[in-house]
Amino acid sequence: MNDMHATADDQALLDKFLKDNQLFYGPDPEIMGDHDIGPRSADEERLLSGPVDPHLINLVRGRILAALDEGNTMIEQMGAAPGAKWGDIVASIFTASGDLSMIAPHGVVGFAACVHYPIKFIIKYWTDEPTVGVRDGDGFIHNDSRYGGIHSTDQSCIMPVFWQGRLVCWVSCTIHEGETGGCEPGGMPPSAESRYDEGLKMSPFRVVENFELRRDLVTFLQNMVRDPKLQLEDMKVKLHTCLRLRERVLAVLEEFGEDALTVSLRQHIEDVQEEVRRRIEELPDGTTRVLTFPDSTLRENALLKFSLAVTVKGDTMTLDFRGSSPEFMNRAINTNQASLKTMLLTSYLQNVWPDLPQTMAVFGPVKMLFDEKSLVNGSFETPQPMSLIPLFKAMTIPVIPMTKLSYSLPHRYTAVVAPQYDQPGTFIYGGLTQNGENVGNFCADINGNGQGGRSHRDGEHSISPPFAANCDIGEMEVIEEELPIVRLGAFTLAKDRVGFGKYRGGLGYEMIASVRDTGMWGFMTGCTGSLFTPSQPLFGGYGPPVYPLCKIRGVNIFEQLATNPGRIKFDILDLMNGQTVEGGRYSTHPMAMTFELCQQGEVYMMCQGTGSGYGDVLLRDPAGVIKDIQEDLISHETARDIFKIVFDSKTLIVDEAATRAAREAERRSRLQRGKPFDEFVAEFVTPEPPEHLPYYGSWDDPKVIYGTSNGKRIKMPSDDIQSMFMPNPKDVRIAELEAEVAALKAAQRRG
Amino acid sequence: MRVLMSENLRIDLDAEMWECRHCNKVLISARDNYKRGLLVYDRDPREIHKPLLDPEKYTLTYAPDPTWCRLIEYYCPQCGTMMETEYLPPGHPPLRDMEFDIDAMKEQWKHRQEVTKEPGGKDYPRRERAHTGQRMARMHTGENEA
Repeated sequence: MNDMHATADDQALLDKFLKDNQLFYGPDPEIMGDHDIGPRSADEERLLSGPVDPHLINLVRGRILAALDEGNTMIEQMGAAPGAKWGDIVASIFTASGDLSMIAPHGVVGFAACVHYPIKFIIKYWTDEPTVGVRDGDGFIHNDSRYGGIHSTDQSCIMPVFWQGRLVCWVSCTIHEGETGGCEPGGMPPSAESRYDEGLKMSPFRVVENFELRRDLVTFLQNMVRDPKLQLEDMKVKLHTCLRLRERVLAVLEEFGEDALTVSLRQHIEDVQEEVRRRIEELPDGTTRVLTFPDSTLRENALLKFSLAVTVKGDTMTLDFRGSSPEFMNRAINTNQASLKTMLLTSYLQNVWPDLPQTMAVFGPVKMLFDEKSLVNGSFETPQPMSLIPLFKAMTIPVIPMTKLSYSLPHRYTAVVAPQYDQPGTFIYGGLTQNGENVGNFCADINGNGQGGRSHRDGEHSISPPFAANCDIGEMEVIEEELPIVRLGAFTLAKDRVGFGKYRGGLGYEMIASVRDTGMWGFMTGCTGSLFTPSQPLFGGYGPPVYPLCKIRGVNIFEQLATNPGRIKFDILDLMNGQTVEGGRYSTHPMAMTFELCQQGEVYMMCQGTGSGYGDVLLRDPAGVIKDIQEDLISHETARDIFKIVFDSKTLIVDEAATRAAREAERRSRLQRGKPFDEFVAEFVTPEPPEHLPYYGSWDDPKVIYGTSNGKRIKMPSDDIQSMFMPNPKDVRIAELEAEVAALKAAQRRG
Repeated sequence: MRVLMSENLRIDLDAEMWECRHCNKVLISARDNYKRGLLVYDRDPREIHKPLLDPEKYTLTYAPDPTWCRLIEYYCPQCGTMMETEYLPPGHPPLRDMEFDIDAMKEQWKHRQEVTKEPGGKDYPRRERAHTGQRMARMHTGENEA
């Protein structure tokens, strides 16, 4: 049997048979592994080989961008999803081959940057599939990140645009819808133990025919989620946005012709790539690195290494993620490499090269390296609904190695800025509202991350999410009309929880939430950073503190507010330290909470976080420290202990001579306590992670990956990583308690 | 020719040495890890990120857990400026965060003027014109949307 040789004809027959009889059209590795733009089509080659009129391209580009802007505004104005109202949306246009060309100017670039994957899937698999096809008037829907996407909460409507019978481009729009019908409400279930717990997982399929939604398919989708009205309404919103975009593109075609559109869409992204190559080439050759350590799987505490090395040589740049944590087969926090790349793009376009056109083509000249089965390159079967854990890191942490690479340049493309707070700090909710509606979604506080300190001034407070500069945190009054959540404290900046530095990070704010007028409501949260500082700082600043989830349970705060309103101050530190709500059970927890029912009047509290600090605290202008006191951002104690300034407590007048002396004393103290590097390494560094740490990822050698199997530590070669499978935390707790009971009984028997 | 490499560091390309930007201390060869030219301190992160909730009452207090997280501070050995900070698990090797090809850098800077002051340090003005839709155009020009 081993000497069988197929003739060329036999092989061709076999290939055709396999093509015609593919059992399952899963994500195509060739598509999903390629973040670059494709080669020029024959039309593009013909047009770009000849003279190109830059004025015409500029005209067409302006018209298209105006149309995309209009589309984005339509979604914002009409969208029903909370995310749509706060700007968690985008409208975009792609070349006929499916490469992203342009997005709406204030849209979320990451949403658009991943839609080229499903478009290329549609082109490759559905165009010639007799039971599907791609026709004028079709629209496709998609949400599964494994086919391209950030996580399954984001649903896209994708529409081909035809002109005189030819497909000339694609338009799409995407909304963070929230609810997906997963094992917990809201679309981002931290308790998902398999991808089948995520709810809706839509591979790209046609849901629009002849420019109309197919109601049978819409009903099927509505039936799969907790919020069927939302599903219907936003499918309509996305369809009609695509139709408006189509109308505008057709007007461009009528006025300027097909060649003008084709050449504009392609030239735009080729120009971007040329500029990116130039920008890479002007950087010094070398490697800069950063590490960060998410401290939770959202089910248990675990230290997960996230490693990034950026190497530049000539006009090539390589991002190397090897050595990062292995993937988790039964935890929700994995991401796939396509999702990761889109969020990395967000980081580059927000913090490194924000002046570039917002398109995935930016990454064409950039190579990326991953270990197989790593947390940042998760395999198909891994659950990924809380991919935000590695993705928020991907959006923030590249600024450190990129700043270290680019600091020496004689010019700047934007301000140097330390990393933004990198957790999705918000309540995810689900239940029955006071209006009798079943809902599941998340609060807009996710958009309130503090910015890092800059090279010339402090970071902005709670400015935006790291995935989009133009999102808003919404109006509480509007939210309270729709939801039974009552915000007892809202938007108060979290005093003393600051990324200190010469220029401090912008602060995050406190969220103090309770519920009323419902008998069925619950919250969950999906953040890390309650044990290990989430973001790394820049150039000698300090990072953020860690943030716990705080609860006051077993009590109805509204009853106490009715009888004694003056007693309770809506400040987390005051509530928790003073325990001013009488009779409550007070507790702190990691900010990773699976869905938990909340009784009326119980209190759940968390914070948005601060950005990291920039530069040495001793270099901070004392006037800036005093201003922070005056604005109630820091305490007198912080000013004295951290910034080493001497001032009058009543007048806040700085004693400059005494401050200089205090800072000089601190510098001398540093010189005394600091050790030479080699001596420090000899004392500090251990050959393996400490026994007590549930550690995942490489230690000193990126080719050796640590993990656990059945609760015991294991070491794996990086080219043969096995997926982690974690025990149920409740089983672990039961085993601990059983051991405790056994020990107590044994002690009892001994008398 | 000196090249600014960070808020705190520069490289003297002729001498091939890392230097402190604050006190001009020559630290170590530019081909070596600059951290080897600094003093290092392993700090309990609770000294900086202090417990804000009562540790008698709560396990989590806004202060990092020192058994999970250490704060590594790097000081200039002459002026005591904090050049870099790094949050690491206890025992984790410090990261070599900057490693440059000095020969390539010399070649690159043959064609550049020396830069003595960081070129940023300002807020970047919004462009006055933008082909980015009417709404953005209004934002760029500062015109009232109404």
